[in-house]
Amino acid sequence: MPIDIYAEELISNYEHPHNKGKINDPNAEMHEYNPICGDDITLYLKIKEDIVDDVKFDGKGCAISIGVASMLTDSIKGKRLEDIDAMGFKDIVKILGMDPGPARAKCASISLKALKKAIFLYQHKTVDRDTEKL
Amino acid sequence: MKRLDVESIRRDFPILNVKMRGHDLVYLDSAATSQKPVQVIDSIYQYYTNYNANIHRGIYELAELATDAYDGSKDKVAKFINANSMEEIVYVMNTTEAINLVALSWGEENIKEGDHILISEMEHHSNLVPWLLLANRKKAILDYIKLDESKTMIDMESLKEELEKDPKILAISHSSNVLGTINDVKAIGSLAHKHGAKVLVDGAQSAPHMPVDVRDIDCDFFAFSGHKMLGPTGIGTLYAKKDILNSMPPVIGGGDMIRTVEKYACTWNDLPWKFEAGTSNIEGGIGLSAAVDYLNKVGMGNIYAHERDITEYALKRLSEISNVSVFGPDYNSMPNRSGVISFAIEGVHPHDIASIFDSMGIAIRAGHHCAMPLVTELINEAAVARMSFYLYNRKDEVDRAIDAIAEVKKIFKIGR
Repeated sequence: MPIDIYAEELISNYEHPHNKGKINDPNAEMHEYNPICGDDITLYLKIKEDIVDDVKFDGKGCAISIGVASMLTDSIKGKRLEDIDAMGFKDIVKILGMDPGPARAKCASISLKALKKAIFLYQHKTVDRDTEKL
Repeated sequence: MKRLDVESIRRDFPILNVKMRGHDLVYLDSAATSQKPVQVIDSIYQYYTNYNANIHRGIYELAELATDAYDGSKDKVAKFINANSMEEIVYVMNTTEAINLVALSWGEENIKEGDHILISEMEHHSNLVPWLLLANRKKAILDYIKLDESKTMIDMESLKEELEKDPKILAISHSSNVLGTINDVKAIGSLAHKHGAKVLVDGAQSAPHMPVDVRDIDCDFFAFSGHKMLGPTGIGTLYAKKDILNSMPPVIGGGDMIRTVEKYACTWNDLPWKFEAGTSNIEGGIGLSAAVDYLNKVGMGNIYAHERDITEYALKRLSEISNVSVFGPDYNSMPNRSGVISFAIEGVHPHDIASIFDSMGIAIRAGHHCAMPLVTELINEAAVARMSFYLYNRKDEVDRAIDAIAEVKKIFKIGR
């Protein structure tokens, strides 16, 4: 992986993550954990009229997982759920400014996975197997 | 001890000429798998080009050549670890399969409800999960020898306490793939034998890197993988004492492992073939044979001394860097130390360390290294970074790794 991925913006989002913490009484939440590396993220959502009113995340992980979680949560505030549903790995590539490559794809997408699963659960009251994939 | 001619060794390894991310490759992940010399690669090419045939049954010259090469590889492997004969050398896929074979055959016969099985807290999953499965099947009890306070060595008091439970088997790594600790398996095994336990040594990280004498260790089982010792993947060895192998039932049935087959009964082939059903990994045996030749030519004692030299150098350099911690014995404990160095940089996840190393052309490993209880519960990290050395590594490659650590610290603004 090219070293450019560790751009100033990613590092500062890792060192001082935005939207870090918990939402009391969330409409939706989801925990994602990768035992291979220990990335561990719980995402909390406050949803009003199918729009993300607030989002926070808690957990620990590498610079890529935490940095992306910080930037991703920034980017979805005020977004419609259907727009988030249409998001995929390409949006992670956009946030990072590059494809992190296969070895780090899981780190990069753990927060989006939690986000999409949380919303699916909120809408369908179930975690569908399809949401395992981005 | 002879100083290794590392430059001439490096010329035998074609992969060391490739670029990674545009840089000269620095390969520091030999504990995961070693690179292969041209002699090993060529032996497999020659087999497929000149004498490919199935072994043991063919009545023609090619089959005889293939059989000689494959069976001959067992003689070499037997000699390599000082086994009595090739009858004690069972080929398997890798260390994992070797240990599973012991658990599924010897274990099924000898472990009963309430029996104790003893392993240590530093085991790789390959020497943990087969015993956990066996214990669950048999309602037996899996016990762990604790590590000492420094979390680098086996606690001998804990070993003695656990042995008081008279375990049926003690299974322990010769050299830890995370800590780099070399366990005194001869002394540990001798204590275990006094309590009537069988002794299995996981040699995945020792057989490639130091002289091994299974008769001197006096272990009952010794397991190792070909691909970590310059050989191809898919071939490994289970050594076991002949009388034990004779008492063990086969686990996989099929061709070549039988002597006679009737409709409702069969008799087993001689050792070691009783445990090798179906067409063998012929290219694997031939490749492993070439690997053993190569290691013998360089000399295992010389390889051990070379790695110890590099490891000591790396440990000293690492100790000079702030915010870096090393897990495992330090450079004052070199006799107990192999060329595996797990480390952490404060505030940086090991996967980020490995990615930055990668961007500079340096291959290291990051993760729990298939030793989750050790890494996550004892070292208390979700993952650690690991560099590991072999006969082709040089001190200037350690320098490149040290430079990469400085780059990681710079990117993450650590220690300024």
